[in-house]
Amino acid sequence: MTDQFLFGVEVVLNGLMAGVLYALVALGFVLIFKASGIFNYAQGVMALFAALTLVGIMEGQVPFAHLINAIFGTDVHYFGWNVPALAAILLTMILMVFFAWAVNHFVMRHLVNQEPIILFMATIGLAYFLEGVGDLMWGSEIKKLDVGLPQGASIWVEENTAFLGSDNFFGFFIDKLDMVAALVAAVLVIALVAFAQYTKQGRAMRAVADDHQAALSVGISLNFIWVLVWSLAGFVALVAGIMWGAKSGVQFSLSLIALKALPVLMLGGFTSIPGAIVGGLIIGVGEKLFEFTIGPMIGGATENWFAYVLALLFLVFRPQGLFGEKIIERV
Amino acid sequence: MKDMADGYITEDGRKIGGVMMEMKNITLRFGGVVAIKDISFDIREGEIRAIIGPNGAGKSSMLNVISGFYHPQEGEVWFHGKKRPSMKPYQVAQQGIARTFQNIALFEGMTVLDNVMTGRLTHMKTNMFQQAIWWGKAQAEETAQREKVEKIIDFLEIQHIRKTPVGRLPYGLKKRVELARALAAEPKLLLLDEPMAGMNVEEKEDMSRFILDVNDEFSTTIALIEHDMGVVMDLSDRVVVMDYGKKIGDGTPDEVRNNQDVIDAYLGVAHD
Repeated sequence: MTDQFLFGVEVVLNGLMAGVLYALVALGFVLIFKASGIFNYAQGVMALFAALTLVGIMEGQVPFAHLINAIFGTDVHYFGWNVPALAAILLTMILMVFFAWAVNHFVMRHLVNQEPIILFMATIGLAYFLEGVGDLMWGSEIKKLDVGLPQGASIWVEENTAFLGSDNFFGFFIDKLDMVAALVAAVLVIALVAFAQYTKQGRAMRAVADDHQAALSVGISLNFIWVLVWSLAGFVALVAGIMWGAKSGVQFSLSLIALKALPVLMLGGFTSIPGAIVGGLIIGVGEKLFEFTIGPMIGGATENWFAYVLALLFLVFRPQGLFGEKIIERV
Repeated sequence: MKDMADGYITEDGRKIGGVMMEMKNITLRFGGVVAIKDISFDIREGEIRAIIGPNGAGKSSMLNVISGFYHPQEGEVWFHGKKRPSMKPYQVAQQGIARTFQNIALFEGMTVLDNVMTGRLTHMKTNMFQQAIWWGKAQAEETAQREKVEKIIDFLEIQHIRKTPVGRLPYGLKKRVELARALAAEPKLLLLDEPMAGMNVEEKEDMSRFILDVNDEFSTTIALIEHDMGVVMDLSDRVVVMDYGKKIGDGTPDEVRNNQDVIDAYLGVAHD
């Protein structure tokens, strides 16, 4: 009985860790949604693109190798050097900032004051464009991402928790990478909240989200803020990309995790950074617990749909999510 | 009112300086509609300048031209003796021109204090990386700015609502918060778009007092648009009168009051 209970605890712990990764992606959505009212469908693809770029730079891959070879009849694939992880992360970040600028300059700037649905459609287009560019630039094979993050189960946790149960219990099995991810997510959230709350750019960001006209009248450049917001989203995407990439390899199905961020956002509310975190954790834990308890009775594989059903229930009973701003219409 | 080139002394003894802003032959069209027709006037250092006129006369359009929200098809805007190139509103704000809006544009989700702090953005010099690290300079700067903001909050008597989200405030107080935010920028020129619209008598009196105090205390030049004729005549040093996009009068309140065109067009012939 105790073993059974401890096993349940382990499931919850692992669910929490998985939830952190969902939350990381959801965070990027919330950032852009809060600052510009755009639901950025491309957030997942941005994470994928960032991870692809990071691997590509680290391994010294020649960007657009296939294209170059096809046009010039050459056969280049690698530069033949390796870039250290930290430098590669920095370079990738610079590329993401450039991407943010390009998105604003070529797309969003021209869609100011358009309906949200039009902006949403634009981001769908952006997602497919970016996926295509990622493929063209770095190729479509599954890549291993190793930026030196610890991997495998934490022996320390196992050894120090084994005493809790009987001889059949060997301690909690927790992936070290998941623990790092949790830590990184925590730091990231605190940093982002502090940035938005206490710095002048953060204040300007909130101002732009609230009222464009008023923001202009106090001397805030909307374009600058939008580039800043997309850069931040790019940064969050990079972090999410590193974590997911390190966990399950950099592959194009990575962009599908963006879809898991949707139920997370419905739970947490589209406008709340803490909401994204709590929503992610609830989905992560709920999913694992459901699979563990009810799953065997109905044939398993519940993880694929559980999150969406939960989100649907939330839509019915609390459409603004747990932490979202209450929708009040004054009449 | 003598010697207009370098300014004049008002009846209540305030010294008005030289020309700060000059609008030269401004024409603004929206498609086929002409909102402003060939209007010229100036705003002097330290004065309270009013733009009045009936509904649809083009007053708000004029204010939007000054603050860079609209760009006239013809004419020039001169600021501090220099012709101003076509500017975005945020650039105009950075030049030291602050404004309020007719239908209040505040950051509803933020507190009064945060709202007023946004007014200081143009004065904050630390860059993004210093801000992100939030160490030393950035922190010292925030404290210094905060002090200035607190002074303005005291000045406009809104201490009691400092931490209240603006969305919850009644209309009259929102107007005052908007004024506070504009003032926080320590503007050279303060533009007020119908600062008394929709207020009751008491609120109007408060607002008039604040406008006079601001002008007196900080020597801020103020250009305001107003519907309420009585208020305008009491407040302002000089008045521009617009009707159907044209300027029909310009001068001291007394001069304007006795201008036949103005009486016909706006003050109403019916009074006689």
